[in-house]
Amino acid sequence: MGALLSFFVVIVLVLIALAGVQGAGLYVLFGTIIPYAAVATFILGVILRVIKWSRSPVPFHIPTTCGQEKSLPWIKYSKLESPSGTLGVIGRMALEVLLFRSLFRNLKPELRDDDGPRLVYSSNQWLWLGGLAFHWSMLIVILRHLRFFTQPVPFFVTIIDSLDGFLQIGAPHLLLTGVILLLAVTYLFLRRLFNPPVRYISLPSDYLPLFLIMGIATTGILMRYFFRVDIIHVKELTLGLATLNPEIPAGIGVIFYIHLFLISSLFAYFPFSKLMHMGGVFLSPTRNLANNSRIKRHVNPWNYPVKVHTYEEYEDEFREKMKDAGIPVEKE
Amino acid sequence: MAKPTKPTKPPKPEELVKIDYNPPEKPWMEVPVEFKPGTFCYGTRPKYLEEIGFPNPREWSPLDDDWKLPADWKDTVLKGIGERLKKNRAFHLFMDICVRCGACADKCHFFIGSGDPKNMPVLRAELMRSVYRKYFTTGGKLFGNLAGARELTSDVFKEWWYYYYQCTECRRCSVFCPFGIDTAEITMMARELFNLLGCNTDWIAGPVANCYRKGNHLGLEPHTITSNIEFLVDDIEEITGIKVEPTFNRKGAEILFVTPSGDLFGDPGTYTCMGYLMLFHELGLDYTWSTYASEGGNFGFFTSMEMAKRLNYKIYAEAKRLGVKWILGGECGHMWRVVHQYMDTWNGPADFLEEPVSPITGTKFENAKTTKMVHIAEFTADLIKHGKLKLDPSRNDHLKVTYHDSCNTSRGMGILEEPRYIINKSCNHFHEMHEDTIREKTFCCGSGTGLNAGENMELRMRGGLARANAVQHVRDKNGVNMLANICAIDRATLSTLMQYWVPDVGVSGIHELLGNALVMKGEKERETDLRLEPLPGKEDEDV
Repeated sequence: MGALLSFFVVIVLVLIALAGVQGAGLYVLFGTIIPYAAVATFILGVILRVIKWSRSPVPFHIPTTCGQEKSLPWIKYSKLESPSGTLGVIGRMALEVLLFRSLFRNLKPELRDDDGPRLVYSSNQWLWLGGLAFHWSMLIVILRHLRFFTQPVPFFVTIIDSLDGFLQIGAPHLLLTGVILLLAVTYLFLRRLFNPPVRYISLPSDYLPLFLIMGIATTGILMRYFFRVDIIHVKELTLGLATLNPEIPAGIGVIFYIHLFLISSLFAYFPFSKLMHMGGVFLSPTRNLANNSRIKRHVNPWNYPVKVHTYEEYEDEFREKMKDAGIPVEKE
Repeated sequence: MAKPTKPTKPPKPEELVKIDYNPPEKPWMEVPVEFKPGTFCYGTRPKYLEEIGFPNPREWSPLDDDWKLPADWKDTVLKGIGERLKKNRAFHLFMDICVRCGACADKCHFFIGSGDPKNMPVLRAELMRSVYRKYFTTGGKLFGNLAGARELTSDVFKEWWYYYYQCTECRRCSVFCPFGIDTAEITMMARELFNLLGCNTDWIAGPVANCYRKGNHLGLEPHTITSNIEFLVDDIEEITGIKVEPTFNRKGAEILFVTPSGDLFGDPGTYTCMGYLMLFHELGLDYTWSTYASEGGNFGFFTSMEMAKRLNYKIYAEAKRLGVKWILGGECGHMWRVVHQYMDTWNGPADFLEEPVSPITGTKFENAKTTKMVHIAEFTADLIKHGKLKLDPSRNDHLKVTYHDSCNTSRGMGILEEPRYIINKSCNHFHEMHEDTIREKTFCCGSGTGLNAGENMELRMRGGLARANAVQHVRDKNGVNMLANICAIDRATLSTLMQYWVPDVGVSGIHELLGNALVMKGEKERETDLRLEPLPGKEDEDV
């Protein structure tokens, strides 16, 4: 249900772009206004969301410790899984953000019933692999696209571009990350659809970004290899956008505008969606705090006095019993 | 009021393991909550709430249609959520950033043991996220159900109650979550909301009220504490010929010792307590017990942060009154989560105490520089390392030991090696359980966070399946017959769990094992272990 709905939304988005550009000729709207509005929404939205999170303080020191704490000098402690200082935390976060450390731990328990129940655990890294392939190829694709927004093109973009096409298949060269991105996003979609527990927990908003990205990757690949668009004119448009000098060169195929509109949709949707995990992971208190709460005091900004039961009240109630039991008291 | 269900016996193990992991056809929002007998606790009696000044005390049962909530209960809940979003970044973030990847789904011991999809951590969290979206996000307000949002109704509130008292805040899911989303944080907030409306469980509210007024969960009054310990002193004398002499509420002692009250009452906790008493005597440690701060554990932590702070207050207050230099803490799980991650923040700074130094070895416990509270496993491991204890591990030769990492000490503290070191020096036979079920990946006993009641036994046995199964494996493979741990709740709950799943395995604290092995100056030849069972080779003489 959720999948169908999201699929339908993306189809409608494609049709809107098709009708708007091909039918109504709204080149400025789809080539300039919407992209600008989307980027503005993205930037503002992300900033506001992060500010909103940051305004909530971290009252307690709650890292999830995944290894030995730093304690006695002769006990080896786990610098990355239970870091005692900032350097360790940076390492832990880097592993988490760049390599998806926690996802790599994934285990699959299986309850077998041969001669009594037996729980068997096997490692299961498909999600880790799919997720990593998806995110890294996405990043590289984005970096590659910088060549459309810069003049001269920075050297690292050119290098990425040539590495990405190192197989030198076809003309233009097949860029691997585009294909990996489409495969990985398809895997994530199929997993969501066919893994029963995952399907059960999925919301329409889990499918929507997948379809959007599928649409973006597909139109991108179609544009590069099949329905070729005039790359010189595309760059005129994109560079115009980047230099705040927008222009609409004639003769760019409609598929480019569909591509651009889907990207704009993703950008505009981003701050309001679960995609904000990108910013959120950096703020996660179970990961970004050092395991040093007995070494360094953590202050809760809203700590307030509470009603307590004092020793005096306690002794007043039990004084006679305490004296009988030979327990020293304050007031005889 | 509907009568609370009688404690129902859980089905037989072979019945209970028939678990269906396939989610139902209906979307989860359309599956109404069903209070299955044996899977939930009684609602709290009013007197417990009155004792601590909590709202809405009344007679009620979770099975009642009408929970007798105040007319404005919905506002209270929504306002409560709003406040907590503003006061707690973790909660706010964890409402927003889940991508429902499902990595956590099969990591929860309650899901593994029940197959109920709402026990998947992601769905447990979605129970609340759905309401959060409805009232606190634009998408949820505009698109409702399509955006995964739903109204807060009394059925939803009951569903929360049922499932947030099926989470033991063990944090195993947060180890596997790529964003570190910790369901414990969400469960804690949910339980705070329940307590705004007088909906604690009886099994949690009782110990809280006891602890507030009498100083400990069990409600032991001062003279009962001393007489319970006298009992243990007599047993120690019978076993070793040595009379240990603990002191209580003694001003000017160097160290205040705080341990969960479970160690004073009921085996096998009491054997662990005997181990402490023997160790401290052997060292000639200048320490005191307190009857006022006679609880290390903190059921307030399963109620609300405020209540936890109110109970925890006593430890520093008593240390100050008695003028000790530092505090030593016994074997307990959630107590150490609280001491390690919360105590100083709530009730510190403890600037009236000194940085802890072992009077025996001179070791500075630099990792406890600000809280000034040292874990007894750190303390003892340091003693052994410095050769200060004479140990005869052969006295534990009748035991084949495995070690259960408690959730809180592993994932909320990271004390993994010290207990193993002590066990290895005290015992000759130690076997680890499967690596995917220990250390940071350890499984809960199934009864933490105040779920260790009697009326929810089926839930407990389901929740403990994963733990028990790993024990069963080392029993079959290595002949393990003793499950050691450093948690008072474990000592009680794992005993029940073992009886159900792996009947021939006992449960002990590590200081019981140490007490067995400890060669004390001037002791008589030991015939029995601390359980008064004959030592290996002494079986005949005992008759």
